[in-house]
Amino acid sequence: MSQLSVENLDVYYGAVHALKGVSLHAEAGEIVTLIGANGAGKTTLLRTISGLVSAKSGRVMFEGRDITRVPAHEIVALGLSQSPEGRMVFANLSVEDNLELGAYRRKDKSEIRKDRDAMFQLFPRLLERRKQLSGTLSGGEQQMLAIARALMSRPRVVLLDEPSLGIAPLLVRDIFRNIVEINRRGVTVLLVEQNAHMALSIARRGYVLETGKVVLEDEAAKLAANPEVRAAYLGG
Amino acid sequence: MSTFLQQLVNGVTWGSVYALIALGYTMVYGILRLINFAHGDIYMLGAFMGLYASRWFHAAQDPSPVKALLVLLTSMLLSALIGMLIERLAYKPVRKSPRLSALITAIGVSLLLENGGVLVFGADPKFFPQLIPQKTIALLPGVAVSNQQLIVLVVSIVLMFALRMFVLHTRTGKAMQAVSHNHMAASLMGISVDRIITITFMIGSALAAAAGVLVALQSPKIEPYMGIMPGLKAFVAAVLGGIGNIPGAVVGGLVMGVAEVMVTGYLSPTYRDAIAFVLLIVILLVRPAGIFGKAVTEKV
Ligand SMILES: Nc1ncnc2c1ncn2[C@@H]1O[C@H](COP(=O)(O)OP(=O)(O)O)[C@@H](O)[C@H]1O
Ligand SMILES: [Mg+2]
Repeated sequence: MSQLSVENLDVYYGAVHALKGVSLHAEAGEIVTLIGANGAGKTTLLRTISGLVSAKSGRVMFEGRDITRVPAHEIVALGLSQSPEGRMVFANLSVEDNLELGAYRRKDKSEIRKDRDAMFQLFPRLLERRKQLSGTLSGGEQQMLAIARALMSRPRVVLLDEPSLGIAPLLVRDIFRNIVEINRRGVTVLLVEQNAHMALSIARRGYVLETGKVVLEDEAAKLAANPEVRAAYLGG
Repeated sequence: MSTFLQQLVNGVTWGSVYALIALGYTMVYGILRLINFAHGDIYMLGAFMGLYASRWFHAAQDPSPVKALLVLLTSMLLSALIGMLIERLAYKPVRKSPRLSALITAIGVSLLLENGGVLVFGADPKFFPQLIPQKTIALLPGVAVSNQQLIVLVVSIVLMFALRMFVLHTRTGKAMQAVSHNHMAASLMGISVDRIITITFMIGSALAAAAGVLVALQSPKIEPYMGIMPGLKAFVAAVLGGIGNIPGAVVGGLVMGVAEVMVTGYLSPTYRDAIAFVLLIVILLVRPAGIFGKAVTEKV
């Protein structure tokens, strides 16, 4: 049984059919990536898994439990969190408060503090800015904060929506290194990216989404070598 | 000069009442982008709940500061429950509908509370018992403050300070800030947005009820339509301070109270109600986002 599996998911926004029978799965300990062009439905898929968007049909299974109809705020408590597209940090709150909110559903105060310090170790830039309002951080720093905040709930699976979007290339490398490290510590990662090259270089397996459908699925190395993928997503 | 100081004292006292009401408008707007037009009527209900509470505690026959406090707290609690019911029954069902539906619902709730009030309490004014006999305290030659005014001031300050501590330093308060920033991101933290919205309505209603009781202590005639004007003016105060902004509501309320008292004293009582709308027009022309508001584009 997969740790996370999506089975035949159909999602609509009014008349727009955004996901058309999408299935995918992630095994414990994997980094799985989902690549696809703008508008393919990647964000919609992550939002549906997290319970922010409701599916018309199909289901989402997490650790043997059907979470298709579980409200978003309860899914976090089950051990599945997300760093959303566009980061969505709480701009008028400090870095520390953002991290504290990431642990909103936890009661173990001293453990929360330990995890927060671990995040500061993983992202030293956040430590320097811990009292700063998160709205004043750079894009890359906000992205780090969004990822750290998602980890503060101690998820077993984390969904990352385009962590490289709008970020300086140097920081992108850092962030990908952090993702590998997070995974090494035992968190399963489902990574959505337009930066297919980077994503496929760290993932074990990958899916290609086109206009709401999974059109390819394979080991990441094979996808990276696939001529169609190279032409469409890796610039030839 | 002493007249001016006296007006200032009266204005600040009156303004702190507006501030208490304005806080509810601004908090609900911050979280839902909804103007809760029924909020002024909660202020009215607060006064009536206080009236009933004084009967239960026999506070009129045997007044004491402890009983006055009990009356205040009971009214705040009951009004918080009413606020919760209104949110659950009236606003929650239309939350995902176009904004006009929510606005029309709010106006409907307001009419319902006013006319329901006529039905239940009667249209004729009721007398709020004198829970605290009036005494006058001279501050300076020609400047005096009544003990009731002092109570209004002290209670308002305590409530506003408590609110500030709650919002800035508690887990639920931070969750409230998160929800007012972004519902989706807040749910991703595991925050129940519905629960936070309910709490917001309860707090706003309790503050408006406190204002209702405080005013009834000084001007003891209460009736079902008494919330309309103060509600409207407190709304203007919230806009003045920058709607959605908590310190803004306090400052807006104080400005409104002082302006009103000054106009009454130096111009004519005729313009007392007009000044609110003059202020509204001026702020909308000069600084539409309000004194503390950031000129951000409205998110839908
Ligand atoms: N809130 C929404 N309302 C209506 N249509 C939407 C909404 N969000 C996304 N869509 C549409 O759904 C499709 C998939 O979008 P999205 O999931 O954001 O794609 P991606 O993340 O791959 O860029 C697009 O056609 C987009 O226009
Ligand atoms: Mg997207």
